[in-house]
Amino acid sequence: MAAHQLTKAGAKVVLLEAGGYWDNSSAQYSAMLKMPYDSPRRGASTPDRPFGEWDACIGGWQIPGEPYTKAEGTKFDWWRGRMLGGRTNHWGRISLRFGPDDFRRKTLDGLGDDWPITYDDIKPYYDEVDKLIGIFGSRENLPNDPDGIFHDAPAPRYYEHLVKRTSDRMNITCIPARLSIITKPLNGRAPCHYCGQCNRGCMTNSNFSSGNVLVMPALRTGRLTLLTDAMVREVMTGPDGRATGVAYIDKKTGEDREVRAKIVVLAASALESSRILMNSKSSRHPNGLANASGVLGKYITDTTGTDVAGFIPSLVDVPRHNADGVGGGHIFMPWWLDNKKLDFPRGYHIEVWGGLGMPSYGFMGGIQSYPEGGGYGAGLKQQYRKYWGATVGFSGRGEMIPNDKSFAELDPQVKDRFGIPVLKFHWEWADHELKQVKHMQETFRSIVAEMGGEVWSAMPTREQGYGIANGGAIIHELGGARMGTSERDSALNKNCQAWDCDNLFVADGAPFVSQADKNPTWTILALSMRASAYITQQRKAGAL
Amino acid sequence: MSDMNRREALQNLLAIPAGLALAPEAIERAAAHAHEALESHSALEHDAHEQGAPAQGAAAQPAAPRPYAPKQFTTDEWRLVRLLVNYVIPRDARSGSATDAGVPEFMDFMLGENAGMRTWMKNGLGWMNAECRTRFGKGFVSCSDAQRRELLDAIAFPKKAAAELKPGVDFFSSFRNLTASGFFSSRVGIADLGYAGNRPVAKWEGTPPEVMRKLGL
Repeated sequence: MAAHQLTKAGAKVVLLEAGGYWDNSSAQYSAMLKMPYDSPRRGASTPDRPFGEWDACIGGWQIPGEPYTKAEGTKFDWWRGRMLGGRTNHWGRISLRFGPDDFRRKTLDGLGDDWPITYDDIKPYYDEVDKLIGIFGSRENLPNDPDGIFHDAPAPRYYEHLVKRTSDRMNITCIPARLSIITKPLNGRAPCHYCGQCNRGCMTNSNFSSGNVLVMPALRTGRLTLLTDAMVREVMTGPDGRATGVAYIDKKTGEDREVRAKIVVLAASALESSRILMNSKSSRHPNGLANASGVLGKYITDTTGTDVAGFIPSLVDVPRHNADGVGGGHIFMPWWLDNKKLDFPRGYHIEVWGGLGMPSYGFMGGIQSYPEGGGYGAGLKQQYRKYWGATVGFSGRGEMIPNDKSFAELDPQVKDRFGIPVLKFHWEWADHELKQVKHMQETFRSIVAEMGGEVWSAMPTREQGYGIANGGAIIHELGGARMGTSERDSALNKNCQAWDCDNLFVADGAPFVSQADKNPTWTILALSMRASAYITQQRKAGAL
Repeated sequence: MSDMNRREALQNLLAIPAGLALAPEAIERAAAHAHEALESHSALEHDAHEQGAPAQGAAAQPAAPRPYAPKQFTTDEWRLVRLLVNYVIPRDARSGSATDAGVPEFMDFMLGENAGMRTWMKNGLGWMNAECRTRFGKGFVSCSDAQRRELLDAIAFPKKAAAELKPGVDFFSSFRNLTASGFFSSRVGIADLGYAGNRPVAKWEGTPPEVMRKLGL
């Protein structure tokens, strides 16, 4: 986003990407419209594509030669994308604005911290992101889930009608999804054609990935230089402590290189940017850059998550039809309850899945859970047919509150294959998160029951964390270089500008002060756009 | 049948640009790509079909097809696997069997990709043979149909199975999963299921009224 906005404003920009080139509009990269039998692997995962061989994201939880370490007892998984467009090639396109309350949680419940900005400060940028990138949704006038500038949302699939009807009965707010997929033409991009395979990379660029929707237009300005396979080691600073550029390793040759710049913007993902800052040590910045306060690597969070699936007998033998739709749910449930009446703070939203999606590797695994209890032969073949599409799942995605026991630091010993010190993670869920996830489990089980269905898995116990996913597993890591009102307890000011280095900015998830019960991408984009506007304005005023 | 599907798929693809006239080049590009994939696949599947002709009960083929040479299975294992997948998913009135759909070849490929899966498969097939020898004094392939079914009945229903058969039950559950993966992701299996997606749709109309009616929605 920063490269797009700054080149548009007339700046010359060099963009460094740690992975390779990628272009979704080319069949060389995108696997759109392939059928499973087009590969002998039938869509199964590969080492560099843990979510399936056609997932448009090179990377994963483990990258050869790029380790991370964990404190004893810590469960944490760190997803990294290594390609142009990075992690925006791997996501559900759920694009939710934070609401007014999400910027002032400490004021409301005394936990965590308030942001140095309000919803009104960021709203104009959310609007601009909506117009530039495009999003579908519906106007709902909910107090803490602000409406955007929406394209029409697609009509629900069959099982989503059932979920909607059930949710209405249970007073659970259930509304059309809000995904960054366009349903009418926008800025030269074609609308969605509903093949349901957003994750493979959209050849018509009808969904959002930063590579195709932001970087490619930026390249067309002629002012952007793209360096791929460039692994940044650190931000270089001069004797005055200001940033002079970045040092990087050209992965193709192994050579150390540098790019000099008047302004440096880090957007390597929350934790990778934090790591680069920690590794940017100098006599003026002995603890790393943007770390005069010592908060670097602290206040990190991930979205809480747990899933429940249920078998719904009324959906057995669903008549065959094309139920693909967009690559994601057509409905969702934003947080609908009042925490004052609950035993945990902060909420979650619910994502819904099911349907008649493309049969691929892993098709209907665990058939023995269905009523017949397994089998073989003609009867088994018939089971697959009648039960296909009769399972509905729910995923809770909730807000974690930053805590002192969850943070990242540089490992004192371990280095990656480039010789760069790696991150060591410490992670602990608090009672807040565990109780919240317990509530998710109970809610999903009650929805399945209300739908006349059956959940096969037992309710997870407290010892099992109520089924909470590992830290990092939901891939919404935030914080690590949080913004704030004072240089004593934050790394950045409200413009994502380092307190101790005025020509250094961070434009990813690292500046976040708190999570929300919402996916972070839209807020990352809006913050980045806002920081870019600030940089442009400061440059024009001669202040930077 | 496979030709029919391909033609239908292509027709569907080629029918799209008129409805979606907003970015014809992009859709055409996508359609061309899909076309290419379908064409090249059809050639591949033709080969697989030739190589994987039914092993038993089939009349002599007119021109002896070049038999598929498994890379991960021994000759005996290959015989067992080709039998076992068809016990899991046999031919019926609607569609072909697991061997018709190339499931053993798919397994051979997957085993080549994954050492853990290779070990699991070899142990599992070994368990099947050992259990047959204990029960019937000969390996699975040499057993009669009734004997094979006796063993399968004992391991195919995990909740009812005897505890001492757990290794076989676990293996068979996973083997069934892998067979279903291979079958229902094949051209034969996808046609059987009636999967109707993965094609450009000009306007998303939501769920058809007859589906809503049938489901009582």
